[in-house]
Amino acid sequence: MFSLHALLDALPYLIKAAQATVLISLVGLVVGFVVAIAVCSARLSKNRFVSKLGGAYVGFFRGVPLLVQLLLTYYFLPFIGINVPPLVAAAAAVSLCEAAYLAEILRGGFIGIPHGQLEAAQLLGLSRLHAVLRIQVPQALRMTTPSLVNEMVMLVKASSLISVVGVADITRTAQNIAASTYRPLEAYVAAGLVYLVINGALSLAGHRAERRMARA
Amino acid sequence: MAIQFDPSVLTDSLPALAEGFATTIAVWIGGVMIGMVIGFAIALLQIFCGTWVRRFLRVYIEIFRGTPFLVQLFVLYYGGPSLGLSLEPLTAGIVGLGLYGSAYFAEAFRSGFTSVPRGHIEAAECLGFTRLQVIMRVQLPQMLVIIVPALTNLIIVLSKETAVLSVVTVPELTFVLTGIGSERFAFVETLLALCVCYLALVELASRAGQWVEVRVGRFLTR
Repeated sequence: MFSLHALLDALPYLIKAAQATVLISLVGLVVGFVVAIAVCSARLSKNRFVSKLGGAYVGFFRGVPLLVQLLLTYYFLPFIGINVPPLVAAAAAVSLCEAAYLAEILRGGFIGIPHGQLEAAQLLGLSRLHAVLRIQVPQALRMTTPSLVNEMVMLVKASSLISVVGVADITRTAQNIAASTYRPLEAYVAAGLVYLVINGALSLAGHRAERRMARA
Repeated sequence: MAIQFDPSVLTDSLPALAEGFATTIAVWIGGVMIGMVIGFAIALLQIFCGTWVRRFLRVYIEIFRGTPFLVQLFVLYYGGPSLGLSLEPLTAGIVGLGLYGSAYFAEAFRSGFTSVPRGHIEAAECLGFTRLQVIMRVQLPQMLVIIVPALTNLIIVLSKETAVLSVVTVPELTFVLTGIGSERFAFVETLLALCVCYLALVELASRAGQWVEVRVGRFLTR
């Protein structure tokens, strides 16, 4: 039967393990965002070859399951002589995958900005960089906030897969608890609760940010 | 160290590979079917039922969308037996995928229903359509066309989630190929084949989705 006691016992360990989940997600978001900016500019580039390259990146990382990408970094890298700790390999795989999704979201945001605004900025004597930073980026970010928040929730959920390559995140810790207490139901339900809290907080913060930006 | 590619790793176990691929497709289609049926039922119930049922369904959707698929799978497969629900890996995989997908399908169907212009529904009511007729003859045909891109996207996402089922030993493509990889210590061949298979699957599904989109696009009212 379901034991609330076992669930409550598991929670402190899981909350501690949430640090790894949050850390990987944050790294994935930050590194992914930087890579995404590069990929997005490549895709929007006028050079056919560069934009094809960006398209191939997005196609690969969105077309192959994240689990397979994780297995690739986990098995493949040591095989060709690159030895990195599992945590670093996992963070790299998550970041690269996240970059593909973020790049597509950003691209949607940039495409949505009317072309006339750029021309107006040029007429007013703004430099290209200035126009991008002061006119395009703020609008693109505001337009894509809902998708970005959604993507962050997806990222936290996707980070559960790093448990498969041995990183002690929430899911992995739940597995360990299940193995030592013989109470898998309670351990995994508790893990689910921790994820729900993290994602609930994320979407709440997202709604706040959306409302603030709508006023701006 | 030079990377060696030995195709015999793959050709030797072609039957096993084909079986794994077939399992992936079967699990995928099964999961999509279950997800669509439950998702559609949820969307209908959200329209017809009162506040309490709606709140309950909201919680259902939030739980399945707010937790990782892997954790849901673990609850079902490893936690199920504590509640007297012992499932085979394959069954647990299909049911788990279906339940996970149902929350997303429900949201897609719901947004489809709400995107049909209010005027169409009022016009149908004026013409004496019953509530059921309005849904079946006015809302449903229009929303099915509108949500084709969203459905295609969801179906593709689910095709990639099938890889997660390898963790609970469902004998699908990832499980079979990583098994061969560790057995023969040939990760280059197997992981490469894995990437190619999934890319092909996703490409095929998105082409099919685009084809359907073009086909039904002519029914769109502009």
